[in-house]
Amino acid sequence: MANTYRYIGKATPRKDATEIVTGGTEYLNDIKFPDLLYGKVLRSPHPHALIKKVDKSKALRLDGVKAVLTWEDVPDWKGGTPRYTRILDRKVRYVGDAVALVAAITEEIAKEALRLINVEYELLPAVFDMEKALKPNAPQLYDEFPGNVVTPGAPFFGPKSLKEVATGDVEKGFQEADVMAEGTFGYENIPNPLPPEPPGAIALWEEPNKLTLRVSNQASYMDKITLFHVMGRKVEVRTIGGPCGGSFGSKFMSWQVQSYAALLSRATGKPVKLIFTKEEHMAAFTMRPASRMKARVGMKKDGTVTAISGTWLIDTGYYSMTTQSQVAVGCGEVQIAVRCPNWDLKPVIVCTNRNASGIVRGFGGQELKCILTPILSLAMEKLGIDPFEFLKKHFVKPGDGYFWRDGIWYTYRGVDFTKAMDKGAELFGWKNRWKGWLKPTAADGTKRRGVGVGVHGNADIGEDASEAYVRLHPDGTAMLSSCVTEHGTGQRSNYIKMVAEVLQLPMENVSITPSDSLINPYEFGPAGSRGTYAIGSAVIAAAEDARQKLFELIAPMLQADPCDLETVDGVIFVKSHPEKRISWKAMSIDRTVTGYGRFEPDYTLTNCMMSFVDVEVDTETGNVTLLRVVNTTDAGQIIDPPGLEGQMNGCLGSGGIDSALFEETILDRSTGHILNANMIDYKWRTFPQLPVINNVALETPFPSHRFHAVGVGEIATSPGPAAVLMAVSNAIGVWLHEYPVTPEKVLKALGKVMPKKKKGGAA
Amino acid sequence: MRCKNTGGDMAVEKARAVRKKSQEKRRLNLTVNGQPIELEVGTEPHQVDPAHTLAHTLRETLGLTGTKVSCDHGACGSCTVLMDGKAVLSCMTLAVECNGKQITTIEGLSDPKTGRMDPLQQAFIDYTAFQCGFCTPGMIMSAKALLYENPFPTEEEVKEGLSGNFCRCISHYQVVKAVVAASKEVR
Repeated sequence: MANTYRYIGKATPRKDATEIVTGGTEYLNDIKFPDLLYGKVLRSPHPHALIKKVDKSKALRLDGVKAVLTWEDVPDWKGGTPRYTRILDRKVRYVGDAVALVAAITEEIAKEALRLINVEYELLPAVFDMEKALKPNAPQLYDEFPGNVVTPGAPFFGPKSLKEVATGDVEKGFQEADVMAEGTFGYENIPNPLPPEPPGAIALWEEPNKLTLRVSNQASYMDKITLFHVMGRKVEVRTIGGPCGGSFGSKFMSWQVQSYAALLSRATGKPVKLIFTKEEHMAAFTMRPASRMKARVGMKKDGTVTAISGTWLIDTGYYSMTTQSQVAVGCGEVQIAVRCPNWDLKPVIVCTNRNASGIVRGFGGQELKCILTPILSLAMEKLGIDPFEFLKKHFVKPGDGYFWRDGIWYTYRGVDFTKAMDKGAELFGWKNRWKGWLKPTAADGTKRRGVGVGVHGNADIGEDASEAYVRLHPDGTAMLSSCVTEHGTGQRSNYIKMVAEVLQLPMENVSITPSDSLINPYEFGPAGSRGTYAIGSAVIAAAEDARQKLFELIAPMLQADPCDLETVDGVIFVKSHPEKRISWKAMSIDRTVTGYGRFEPDYTLTNCMMSFVDVEVDTETGNVTLLRVVNTTDAGQIIDPPGLEGQMNGCLGSGGIDSALFEETILDRSTGHILNANMIDYKWRTFPQLPVINNVALETPFPSHRFHAVGVGEIATSPGPAAVLMAVSNAIGVWLHEYPVTPEKVLKALGKVMPKKKKGGAA
Repeated sequence: MRCKNTGGDMAVEKARAVRKKSQEKRRLNLTVNGQPIELEVGTEPHQVDPAHTLAHTLRETLGLTGTKVSCDHGACGSCTVLMDGKAVLSCMTLAVECNGKQITTIEGLSDPKTGRMDPLQQAFIDYTAFQCGFCTPGMIMSAKALLYENPFPTEEEVKEGLSGNFCRCISHYQVVKAVVAASKEVR
């Protein structure tokens, strides 16, 4: 179908493009404030300890130091789910936990003051492994979490919030199976989403209870909501978002850094900027949860899954803010990908003495796919089933359903993704390259090629609420009020595109407000892939509402019915008699027309991404090279082709495919220190190592909104890692059980190096 | 991670004292984006501290915040600027090392007379060669240095030339296209 839209589906330059390429974009740390103080955090060198005494007198005597705060000086602000984690506590629970906050007139002085604070600790035994943390005599992180088991359930998702997948009768299911497979797989390398811009905040506290924060977050309105609860529902919070130098989920929860800045401003009466160093970013800001699963699956000869039963252990580090939510969404997503009548999948969230896990692209589902796909593969291997055919057959079809994060059953009403999957397989050449399980595609000397495939889908495309206003002006311009922030997807430009399309205005005549919570209505933010459908729907509805109101106002002047009117380029005319026309000026110079739009959550649609990977393994060195990736999706209607391309290319970074290849945060399990909290020792992909990426995006109209589109950005990272594990296992003929597939793990699997002795540790 | 107190306090205080003593009026002369600039070296707030990096001086003293600091450790390339036409990491270069040098930052790429953007910048827009944009100034400066040295690079040479630049959104593919297109534009 030819694209008849004026802007939708066409490549248009991003509204912020000129600022970005000329260095004019103001990220958080670029904002200038008069009278600004700088904040720094003193962090614990111990993984688990009680603070016996803090002597801050020397620090306070240093010229230029304006405040030094410890747990004794601050109100009882608490985060976490449930809210048990104090902003500063008497107890430290990981290497890097905040002990004291300093504000000074320069960053250097603040840093120096940290050195002058004397802390006496009483060391406690620490635990760094989930299974050890669950043992009866393990060190306990919180009195509130006996056995280190974090309370399940995400209150934000409602009283029935999904805590497990439990349906049917697994014993009966196993009896019906032709084969059973059992295994343990781990995705425990806690990769860091690692946006280039470190987390930070600038706070200004005004007595008695007013807080204005400049934030860098993909969802700046939600900071206001989160902080309201953290601060005991007593503080009036205004958040001003701006360009965000990458988030990938992580900055959605920045309550700690924001609270630190707020506390220091409260103590000094001055604006305080607190930006984490890269080391703090990598060792004291959230990373991906670690997952380990032991599970059993039953399968019939035709690939029907009869039962899945297992325990999913999730290591959330020293606390959880969103891990329960990630588990809930992950449990929903797994049902979108695997059709099975009998489930008994039990997640257990465990806290350990390492840095906290939090939101990362993939949001629980990627973690679960990474460990469940290989177990399903073990059964497929026994039956000689092609994984592409299996994943295609199982992925949700119209009329199928799933229990979503709120524990409610939804019937899927979107498009069938089979066509997109077939198209991707064809482009990849899957049919010719798939040689069977644990068989290389090709061999050349010591080199072995292998292929793998993965799939992921998320019903978050319609999650949560969004609101927007569109205001029309007599000069033929429109302004969108939305609290959406730009974090790289180009969505702020895309909403302008949507408004311009509805109102048929030149894009340069449409503007968007700064993402300031004071002036904009509620916005959950572009989390997951909800930007296009959820936020887009609110924006479109606001534009349509404004247009309707304008027509009602103008109709009498044209002696026409409002529904017979049309508008193009700021001129309204009667559809059947285009010569009967009048400019927007006619609304009167002293008037504006405002439309309102709201999106109500809808969990009956999901997106889909399938990724095919081609790897080469050097059996001599164990080195794995990713040669090619083919991503395939159906986006309903592409809004912005280069933007979508960028999102799909994003499959590699931000804790995506590369988290299966080489990315890992290395925790010293004897001291609790992270050994590679810098960008030299933490491996990341460079330009010369780029694989070939081919992206397929079909456009089968979705029953979503006016433009029939759905978002797919978030999920680009998610199918790939499991596909890599599969491809490498196929290449070398042995199953790998852990991520990432480092040379050491490959050589170990090949029996070329001896397994390392179990690492020692205090745990 | 900031560790507990060591014997470092004394050493730090000593260093400060020594720095303060040597506060005779030293000057730092450099050219930034074509503008000759003279700065005093010293430890007062308005002066360039000998410990200040070029990135710090550009951003905090001269207000040129287009240069972004990400790792502050010489690993990610986001703070790349040109020194006498060659790419340097401004987070790993001390400002006092720049005496007599010509520094070009992202703000200095447009034509000073016409205000027209550099063809590289235009190509980055045309190919949407960015997502969050935080690494983009560094990417463009690295690409600029590459094109000075090799005006018509192959795709492989572009990748090699940008191998020190980190991007997490994966704008790489669009960046390579933009740089190759910009080089053709010049040709």
